[in-house]
Amino acid sequence: MNFALSEEQEQLREQARELLEKECPTTRVRESMARDDAHDTELWRTFARAGWLGVLVPEEHGGAGLAMLDAALLAAELGRAVAPGPFVASSIGAVSALREGGSKTQQKAWLPRLASGDAILALALAEDAEASLDPARVKLRAAKSGHGFRLDGAKLAVEAAGVADALLVAARAPGRGAAVELFLVPRAAPGVELEPLVGVDETRRLYDVRLRGVRVDADALLPRGTRALPSVLDACAVAVAAESLGGAERALELAVAYVKLREQFGRPVGSFQAVQHMAAECVAQIEPARALLWYAAFAHDAAPKDAALAAAMAKAACSDLYRAVSRAAIEMHGGIGFTFENDMHLWFKRALANAAAFGDARFHRERVAELSGF
Amino acid sequence: MDLDLAPEDEAFRDGVRRWLSENLPAARGRRASSMGEPAADRLDELKAWQRKLRAAGYVGMGWPRAWGGREAPIMQQTILSDELVRHRAPGLVGMMGVQMVGPTLIQWGSAQQKQRFLPKILDADELWCQGYSEPGSGSDLASLQTRAVRDGDHFVVNGQKIWTSNAQIADWMFCLVRTNPAAPKHEGISYLLIDMKTPGITIRPLVQMTKDAGFNEVFFDDVRVPVENLVGEPGQGWAIANTTLMHERNMLGSTTHTQSLFEGLLRVARSATRDGRPATEDPVVRQRLAGLKIQVEALRYNAYRNLTSALQKKRPGIEASVTKLVTCELNHQLAATAIELLGAFGPLYRGSKHLVDGGLWPYELMFSLGLIIGGGTAQIQKNIIAQRGLGLPRWK
Repeated sequence: MNFALSEEQEQLREQARELLEKECPTTRVRESMARDDAHDTELWRTFARAGWLGVLVPEEHGGAGLAMLDAALLAAELGRAVAPGPFVASSIGAVSALREGGSKTQQKAWLPRLASGDAILALALAEDAEASLDPARVKLRAAKSGHGFRLDGAKLAVEAAGVADALLVAARAPGRGAAVELFLVPRAAPGVELEPLVGVDETRRLYDVRLRGVRVDADALLPRGTRALPSVLDACAVAVAAESLGGAERALELAVAYVKLREQFGRPVGSFQAVQHMAAECVAQIEPARALLWYAAFAHDAAPKDAALAAAMAKAACSDLYRAVSRAAIEMHGGIGFTFENDMHLWFKRALANAAAFGDARFHRERVAELSGF
Repeated sequence: MDLDLAPEDEAFRDGVRRWLSENLPAARGRRASSMGEPAADRLDELKAWQRKLRAAGYVGMGWPRAWGGREAPIMQQTILSDELVRHRAPGLVGMMGVQMVGPTLIQWGSAQQKQRFLPKILDADELWCQGYSEPGSGSDLASLQTRAVRDGDHFVVNGQKIWTSNAQIADWMFCLVRTNPAAPKHEGISYLLIDMKTPGITIRPLVQMTKDAGFNEVFFDDVRVPVENLVGEPGQGWAIANTTLMHERNMLGSTTHTQSLFEGLLRVARSATRDGRPATEDPVVRQRLAGLKIQVEALRYNAYRNLTSALQKKRPGIEASVTKLVTCELNHQLAATAIELLGAFGPLYRGSKHLVDGGLWPYELMFSLGLIIGGGTAQIQKNIIAQRGLGLPRWK
């Protein structure tokens, strides 16, 4: 029995923190926010060189071949830094989908390029505003057409579609028992239309995607996509939960540092119990959730029977706590925390985006109820 | 990360389970705890249970071998306490001795004190109570006013203690007294062992809101305590007490109890109805249950994490405060949810028709509120988390 990170994992975390402090200060996050696609190509390359984008890519395909817990630790560090870039969608979601559902040819074509940062994949899954990621809600159709397929339909709020080389599209293929399948659709394919949305969180760009008679070859279909999809969604839920936990931690740290310095009534506002108790309540939310998150990430590889339930629990808990903690952190800053110039809104806005991404807390609590047999 | 038990720990757990299935007293019913039934009402039974456990080597497992313990690893101590809660075994009547004064004497006591007191603790031959809180000294414990004045080879004690659990059955009290009123408040305190049969001690039971008489007021009127019953040096009482307070906070943070409360809540939810349909089909109820389950599970994994820190001998930080704060509040919420689900039967209490689970849920609702306050209030825990954990400045 050993419920702790290994030495290697502690090192991975420290190295990531150091690199992000150096390469991804909030000034740089703000620069990427100002771009149309919110993407920082150089920074993405830096992540690739550090080996992060290939964290889940098997070594034979040029990755680090590490476990979900390692990936979650990286996601948490990226979340601390509110770093831009589709790490969860491309490096966790798409990599998992290819690894577990892709053909040898697809893996060879994509995994090395995803690890090296030469390619980005977006996840085009949800179709309606319900912040749920229930494959049963997928309607987009993939009809047989010649030797390939013809895709028609729309996807909602696809992160990073604007910088992706291809989209992993969940679609219903009537010829295949109406199961939800995954297709690799080049973004440049005729009939793929993107429409950018304006998100509160400007560190990431979301797009509505319309597919009008998009033709793809037969080898665009992931042969085991249907089977891989639930585990891909769990991996994304865990990763985005990790990102949220890391973000919450950082927001609280900044607020605590601030209230130690800021004086009113002749003393640091952090000496007032009203402020102290707010901070303590944040800690009381973060610490148990951290243990839950570690377990969910660990279970993803080591306890498959537990993995879905643990992922749902972690996502629900971290969605809620990130919003609560980032809000408290702004309140602890007082008026200055309300300004755009101050950084605190970066975490608050990311918390909103993360809460809705890959299933919101309500959706995951219902999954917990379902999976627990309530 | 590895959540499997080592083979020797698994063997130990199986041994405990086997032993419990053969030795557990039968008349426990299906109640989740002793539910406030005063220990005084079944003292012989409880002492016999502790002796039975002791004979099997399950009392004071962490104690040194020289004093009758087994120097068992923390892992096995945790397994034992989890199994005892899971099997709804009666509590340890001599817990105050085994968990608190025993370890304190082992660390701070003189050779004579160890010889005199330790052997009688594990077999429940002598029971102990704790004399810390006073009417004027709750959260600000160090302001305590009970005076002990040296008179030849005795201390003469005058003052009052309050919230003293089991004072009416205890043979001895470990007690904080002020020996030097001129010193700064933390430095004028000493740690005395007081024979509860000494003339001048008056015990008055306090009835809790649960209607149980678990704790007491204890009055000291010129109570003469031999100087050899002073533990450590005069003025060391605060430092000595802090070692025992740490034990108390650990004891309050059992997640096994919380888990069994959640299982009980689930049984309530499964038998309750909403608008004529099973309550577990109601989306609001499902959301609430799932939210609580998430908290229960988070605490469970957090306990594993804290246990690992302890096994790795890392210096304890604020884990105990976080655990105490979150666990007591969660227990309270679990009880509140069960009561809500029980509808009209929710507010019924012991002895009533229609009573569910023997009145466990209102009892737990009230008792957990007591624990939110006792053992360091929720507010004090938040101060500790903010000040020791986050380094926020103290009020000066």
